[in-house]
Amino acid sequence: MTSRIKHFPGTSLHESDFDEGKVLFVHDELKANYAWDAGIGIGSYLAGLKRGVILGSYCAHCRKTVVPPRVVCEWCFHPMSEYVPVKDTGTVNTFSLCYVTWDVQRITEPEIPAVIMLDGASALSESSVVMGGILHKLGEVDPQKVHIGMHVQAVWKPESEREGAITDILYFKPI
Amino acid sequence: MNERVAIAGLGWAGFRPKTPDVSYKEMIYEAAVRAYNDAGVDPRKDIESFVTVAEDFHEGTSIFDEYTPDQLGAAMKSMHTITGDGLHGLATAVMLIRTGQFDIVALEGHSKASNILTLDTITAYAQDPVLNRPLRLNTHFVAGMEMNRYLHESGADEDACAGVVVKNRRNALKNPLASFAASLSLDEVLASPPLALPIGTAESAKPVDGAVVMVLASEKVAATLTDKPIWIAGIGWCSDSPSLESRAWARLPYIEKAARMAYRQAGITNPYREIHFAEIDDTYAYKELQSLEALGVCGFGQAGALLKDGALDPDGEFPVNVSGGSLGVGHLLDATGLHRALETALQLRGEAGAHQLEDVHVGLVQSWRGVPTTSGAVAVLMN
Repeated sequence: MTSRIKHFPGTSLHESDFDEGKVLFVHDELKANYAWDAGIGIGSYLAGLKRGVILGSYCAHCRKTVVPPRVVCEWCFHPMSEYVPVKDTGTVNTFSLCYVTWDVQRITEPEIPAVIMLDGASALSESSVVMGGILHKLGEVDPQKVHIGMHVQAVWKPESEREGAITDILYFKPI
Repeated sequence: MNERVAIAGLGWAGFRPKTPDVSYKEMIYEAAVRAYNDAGVDPRKDIESFVTVAEDFHEGTSIFDEYTPDQLGAAMKSMHTITGDGLHGLATAVMLIRTGQFDIVALEGHSKASNILTLDTITAYAQDPVLNRPLRLNTHFVAGMEMNRYLHESGADEDACAGVVVKNRRNALKNPLASFAASLSLDEVLASPPLALPIGTAESAKPVDGAVVMVLASEKVAATLTDKPIWIAGIGWCSDSPSLESRAWARLPYIEKAARMAYRQAGITNPYREIHFAEIDDTYAYKELQSLEALGVCGFGQAGALLKDGALDPDGEFPVNVSGGSLGVGHLLDATGLHRALETALQLRGEAGAHQLEDVHVGLVQSWRGVPTTSGAVAVLMN
């Protein structure tokens, strides 16, 4: 706004004008319910989590193991049918300290999402490279001490409470 | 600039009311492998650009285009997603090739309708949120009103509309992809429970899951990929103002205009004589008749007579929806136009199996985005 304009035409609005119905609007809420078929790859992954195992899929062509497992290798487009367990320990690739929640509430103790590069593959695919990692949260840690390269391990829900979901891992903690 | 564009590879997967065994990505992958194998192409090396068709509300994921590359072999490649019917995607792929920048383009569309637990509500969010949605009407009402006005002005009767259901579901008996094949009498169709009268539940296509992938190629490359190129001789698309208050209820001016666009490119002047068969909109039974008239296959109000005379049967003068259409096969949401193009291309290749037509060289494809829209697209395919 230029300082030469001293008078702004129009009517200023106050929040109470909305409450009192002086400003008209229409409110609606979405009722959108979905149930996504997990399928072969992600279905195997979720079943693995229920057993306390993180599964990847191994591409014999690219000699790569990816987490989570999938039916096709996105690099070479060959089918991936060999599912291999990887370790539940790994290294923080990147992270953030989040002070605003999913539903936009300000918090004083941050949530700490992180991508964790999972440690070496199982005996089945020792020669392979684990591509990508797992996106999860960190816990049992002083937020100020979290750093890239931090070594962490999964903290699992008790077996009886696991339901085949990414939340079967509560968080990763430093080791 | 590349002049002619061919369909060089066809693939599909699913086509069932439920597909709990595979994720949408796995279903798309199956269709893609089939299409790439059909064209003999490696997506990582040969395909230069990818087009997908999807609608975020149907997927339950915002910015859904982000979830499309890996299952198509399109990661780190030129690709984009459009919203529209599958035929809008086909038009987009044709234009990409005609720029001269790409010789091989893949096109994908799919439906995981079974994963949408509140499909009717999702469809209702296509209604205007201020003017129409507060009335809380199931969106089928738009088709009910359109059919009523169509019958009123065209003189078509409800028997003709029900006859479309009988024909298409009977046609579906010969199509292994069809989920709703049936041998029904006219009375059985007319006696189905009311949906949005005059539409009964039997006159409304049911959703199915499925994926369609096509490989398109420029003329010079198509010859190296296939000995049965299917040429996209013309393609047109058009949208009317979406207003429910002022649209032309009896007629489909946007289909008329899309058809003119496609016919001009394909050099079609007399569709009934020059086109040999059609796979067109039958989301609701009356739409097949209304669309045929908008496509200029016959005059306004004459399609019902063609139906009753058997001209639209597989052995008639102008077979329509020999595949079973959406009433017989099921409705694939955004991929519906691609299903029709797939069936048309299979016919033109002579690979339609038990429902193969004899001696066909020019096929007509038309699709509508469904209630409450006034958008559609038309393609003319030739072998």
